[in-house]
Amino acid sequence: MNMLTKGRPTKQEENLIMPDQTGTQTDTGNRALMVDEPLIFERGSADRSGIDLPEAPAVENRLGGLDRSTDIGLPGLSEAETVRHYTRLSRQNYAIDVGLFPLGSCTMKHNPRLNEKMARLKGFADIHPLQPMESVQGALQTIYELADWLKKLTGMPAVAMSPKAGAHGELCGILAIRSALEARGDAREVILVPESAHGTNPATAAFAGYKVEDIPANDAGRVDLEALKARLGPDVAGVMITNPNTCGLFEPDMKAISDAVHEAGGLVYCDGANFNAIVGRVRPGDLGVDAMHINLHKTFSTPHGGGGPGSGPVVFSEALAPYAPLPFVEINEEGHYFLVEEETAEDHHESSFGRMVAFHGQMGMFTRALTYMLSHGADGLKQVSEDAVLNANYILRQLEDILDAPFAHSGPCMHEALFSDKGFSNELSTLDLAKGMIDEGYHPMTMYFPLVVHGAMLVEPTETESKAAIDEFIGAFRSVAKRAKAGDEALKTAPHHAPRRRLDETLAARKPILVWKEPEEFAEAAE
Amino acid sequence: MSRYFTEEHEWVDVEGDTATVGITEYAQEQLGDIVFVETPDVGSELSQGDDAAVVESVKAASDVYAAVSGEVIEVNEALEEEPALVNSSAEEDGWFFRLTLSDKDELSDLMDEKAYKAFVDNL
Repeated sequence: MNMLTKGRPTKQEENLIMPDQTGTQTDTGNRALMVDEPLIFERGSADRSGIDLPEAPAVENRLGGLDRSTDIGLPGLSEAETVRHYTRLSRQNYAIDVGLFPLGSCTMKHNPRLNEKMARLKGFADIHPLQPMESVQGALQTIYELADWLKKLTGMPAVAMSPKAGAHGELCGILAIRSALEARGDAREVILVPESAHGTNPATAAFAGYKVEDIPANDAGRVDLEALKARLGPDVAGVMITNPNTCGLFEPDMKAISDAVHEAGGLVYCDGANFNAIVGRVRPGDLGVDAMHINLHKTFSTPHGGGGPGSGPVVFSEALAPYAPLPFVEINEEGHYFLVEEETAEDHHESSFGRMVAFHGQMGMFTRALTYMLSHGADGLKQVSEDAVLNANYILRQLEDILDAPFAHSGPCMHEALFSDKGFSNELSTLDLAKGMIDEGYHPMTMYFPLVVHGAMLVEPTETESKAAIDEFIGAFRSVAKRAKAGDEALKTAPHHAPRRRLDETLAARKPILVWKEPEEFAEAAE
Repeated sequence: MSRYFTEEHEWVDVEGDTATVGITEYAQEQLGDIVFVETPDVGSELSQGDDAAVVESVKAASDVYAAVSGEVIEVNEALEEEPALVNSSAEEDGWFFRLTLSDKDELSDLMDEKAYKAFVDNL
């Protein structure tokens, strides 16, 4: 098998364990159980197949000369080779089931196996959205009860279950705001987005056709309330605010912000991606929020980040509830669950702005999220946010002596701890520390975000890590931080022990190779 | 020709009615390796403070604002193929776009080189 090294992120020979570390090299380039795996196209040949297909019967060609004349170039592998290929690749991957995943703002928490067991029950797993409603009462009840939990936890009267992820939920919320404003004949043009908001917020507002304006953060990493008030006016449709914000801090002026926005005739969208820090403790409805999405794949432990689809239900205030999208589940007097859709919405939900998706939403995630809620109970969910915040503060205080922690002076953080690379020497930066963490066996933290902090590192342990696991992580983080402060030259070329060495991200972004080509062509193209 | 600077780390060269806009050496250093630049359409009318261009580095994507109002008359097409020009020559070859000034009074809102240097030193 010929593996192409040309145009690869790192060359094979650079990838070998450095001779000065062990004094030996392997003949294959593999490192014991860590096998250097080529692309699937480089394995096997087109004349091989995992199964024997019968000779194709003679058919009349009706393609009118449009039939393909060249080989389609699928790789030919046996079943065993295929299984091994993907298993080998998966072993080079990092996942929440492998270790602590400290990505700030992503809430990578353990996915309880009980969730999986429930989602695989036949009555949930083997149903179709077009099945008669009488035959899927259990599934509809699950959606109804999950919706009820979400409304109670947020203190909001209505919820749209169908949005399929966080940013999709944001769009749903903003479309509801637009519908409400248009319904009162007051279409407005501007959405205000504080600097401490998620990056998807301004993108959503722009996608929905609004002009986006920034509101600066103050020295404590919070929304500058006076700057916000000064900008409010008859052209402002609303604000999109992330609370807790992307610095991992609670916005204490949230109620004052909402009141000011409402007074100016606008509406308040809250990005609920960080709901994990306040679930069971704070009800966004009490803070004057009009719409907020909830990431079931973060706060309520359904898998994400390659492990499963997202799910982003949106809760609404009284002001926005009439505009919520279809469909939703209701219960009638006989205790039967039914779906409110276009045909049945006319009598009591005629202002709906339409649909976000064809069907009910991510059923598999609803089952998992409700399982998580029921297995924790109301008191358990309170402890979820308590432990998430406690764990983040433990990390913040254990590391603030060695790493710059820009907002540590302003008090406790919420569910994530923010550090910066201030004080690193020998031109080392956040990127180098992140690569050093890979060598230590960890997925790096979120880096260079939020933008308001130079060289930011955002760490979110979540509540599912034990103190022992967090202590181990702190030990690793501390040792790499020490090296960065001491100016350790070796950190500049980290990772040294990963399946691939440091990638040339600049070249990859400037000249990405997106399509695999046959070796000869490839070699020429790369010249 | 006189050169002006903004707090958003852009430079503006003014010659007659024509202004050339780019990002400063400080800005390119902060952004790191630039991988993509999106320039405005020739002929578009920009008001001071409008989003005019986008610059993307390995670290972040940032907006480049119109430091002054005017009509875009030329963009640096070399940046499409070679965004790295912004890194190697931010204040010369890595210019972004040229526009015809519609309001010369706006220049008084901008900083001169000395004031910009003091501004950067204070960051």
